[in-house]
Amino acid sequence: MGQDRKPGESLTLTRRSILAGAAATGAIAQAAAPAQAQAVMTKVTAEDIAKLPRVKQKLVDPPFVHPHEQIATGGPKVIEFEMTIHEKKIVLDDAGTETFAFTFNGTVPGPLMVVHEGDYVELTLINADTNELMHNIDFHASTGALGGGALTEVSPGERVVLRFKATRPGVFVYHCAPPGMVPWHVTAGMNGALMVLPRDGLKDGQGKALKYDKVYYVGEQDFYVPRDETGKFKRYASPGDAHEDVVKAMRTLTPSHIVFNGKVGALTGKNALTSKVGETVLVVHSQANRDTRPHLIGGHGDYVWATGKFRNPPERDLETWFIPGGCAGAALYTFLQPGIYAYVNHNLIEAFELGAAGHFKVEGQWNDDLMKQIKAPAGI
Amino acid sequence: MATTLRLSLPTLTTSLGLVLLAGAAALLLAAPARRLAPDLPPPQTVLVRPGTMLHRLDGDYSRVGQPVDAPRQLVRIHRPLEIMRYQVTAADYARCIAASACKRLDQPASRGDLPVTGVSLTDASDYAAWLSRETGATWRLPSDREWAYAAGSRFRDDARGLDADAANPALRWLADYDREAERKAAGGNDVALRPVGGFGLNEHGVADIAGNIWEWTSTCLRRVSLDAAGRTLGETSNCGIHVVEGQHRAMMTFFIRNPKSGGCSVGTPPDHLGFRLVRERSWRDAVPEMLRRRLPA
Ligand SMILES: [Cu+2]
Repeated sequence: MGQDRKPGESLTLTRRSILAGAAATGAIAQAAAPAQAQAVMTKVTAEDIAKLPRVKQKLVDPPFVHPHEQIATGGPKVIEFEMTIHEKKIVLDDAGTETFAFTFNGTVPGPLMVVHEGDYVELTLINADTNELMHNIDFHASTGALGGGALTEVSPGERVVLRFKATRPGVFVYHCAPPGMVPWHVTAGMNGALMVLPRDGLKDGQGKALKYDKVYYVGEQDFYVPRDETGKFKRYASPGDAHEDVVKAMRTLTPSHIVFNGKVGALTGKNALTSKVGETVLVVHSQANRDTRPHLIGGHGDYVWATGKFRNPPERDLETWFIPGGCAGAALYTFLQPGIYAYVNHNLIEAFELGAAGHFKVEGQWNDDLMKQIKAPAGI
Repeated sequence: MATTLRLSLPTLTTSLGLVLLAGAAALLLAAPARRLAPDLPPPQTVLVRPGTMLHRLDGDYSRVGQPVDAPRQLVRIHRPLEIMRYQVTAADYARCIAASACKRLDQPASRGDLPVTGVSLTDASDYAAWLSRETGATWRLPSDREWAYAAGSRFRDDARGLDADAANPALRWLADYDREAERKAAGGNDVALRPVGGFGLNEHGVADIAGNIWEWTSTCLRRVSLDAAGRTLGETSNCGIHVVEGQHRAMMTFFIRNPKSGGCSVGTPPDHLGFRLVRERSWRDAVPEMLRRRLPA
């Protein structure tokens, strides 16, 4: 594993020294690769991979995440996932607004997949024969072939298997990217996230280990539902019927809905996220298409990887963090007070008018030191 | 006519004889029918007899600085309560718009027999003023107590049943949240509007009360502070915010038409905002009743 080069050597190569030196092109490319990446980029043969332990990992619906280790035991593995694509009509709000969603595994967003750096992701992607359209998958965590998109185009009734190596730790978006129709599929809900944990778990940037008691996955989605002349949302018989109007609506860049987990209010009421005082929660938040700025009303981000890549030290004590469109972020927070918290996109119009809001229900003991109402509202 | 209307009850009883009184009453009885616009059906009302009820008072109460449930008290309704059997409909409201007495709605209903929704307190008050002019009677919003009395068994006491836990205010928030989540899960999610009568009558014959439309009341937001013994120390009120009544009591800013955008960050807002009115009972109602009792048929 990188035995012919000490990691320190490549790190000392600055851009200037590379430009000044007469190194061969290949050498520059190798030297410029991040030091830690060397370990997982060492040439491995097919036989080597065949010898690796294989794990079948069953996916669960968001906001929940399949069981996983935070610190990997043993060496790299091949983690097998299977997802079936379903095209389906979904209801976006309490008023019954409908749209056709394209889904990985039947949910918007698709499930969060978790592996460790150096593991191989082996995905079986099935396009249900009840579907009408061709789909594929582009993993932002992967390298080559348009993120796998060029190798995974499946028509209804077909399946494909893709393997790629998880070389960079972080949370990453995956999404459908069929030629010519990428934004339509992505804004029809066809995206999710993959978390590649460092083998030795999360760190605070100064070597201290960070652990979570719970992880939730929030997938934010902008929808563009066409309206009729009177302003009412239109309904269509099939995705194909809707396509032209939806594209027109998309081109306004003005979403009709911006929601967490597929529906206005999907993470509220009976489905509110739960925690308790003293519990540490990791929230993975992805937005495959549009910028967002998560904020926990009444709380903070203790450690935040806003752009989601774990080799960068997390930012601390954040109030709001910015996740650009096409990116996933991760925020770690330990709840200190009981109550109801709103977890929102802090463009509050998007949160409260368009739907990008969820709730945390947190039980436990109140801490008067942190906050106390000294006198209830009363006459002056 | 106008002169007759301005006569007060004491003037009448002291200065006019029974015959004259009967004549005036006859005129008054005839008056509303004559005033109504030709296409305006007189509102159907229900007369709820006076009586008492155990009522969870409106208002935010605090005892010794800690929020507590409002007291539940015996409330007496002294006079008959004449209230609209149905919520004001889209067709009713359209007539007020046509008369330029009510403002246009953001999203007019698809059919006239649906209750009007998407109306603010201002809209409801405009309608009441117009209907009063058209009918010559006084129509107004019910108070919180009147609404609760008319709602009868459909009134929901939404007290948390928690005494203030001084150490942990979050218990209250969590209880409120769970109650609302429960309501939504238990079919409170049925937000599709139904034509008037769609939620049926209660024991008083009042239709659709506490269905999926919250109704404006004339009651302003109150804040009451109590001492340890439960005596009132002070009370403030804010009439920019009114009580709306439905499946639970909610507070609503007077200009809000769509409660979805009027809710707070973690609450569950009412589904729709509409209203029904009460007809103010005056001596003009009492006189004919008295006459009917006195005069031979
Ligand atoms: Cu697709």
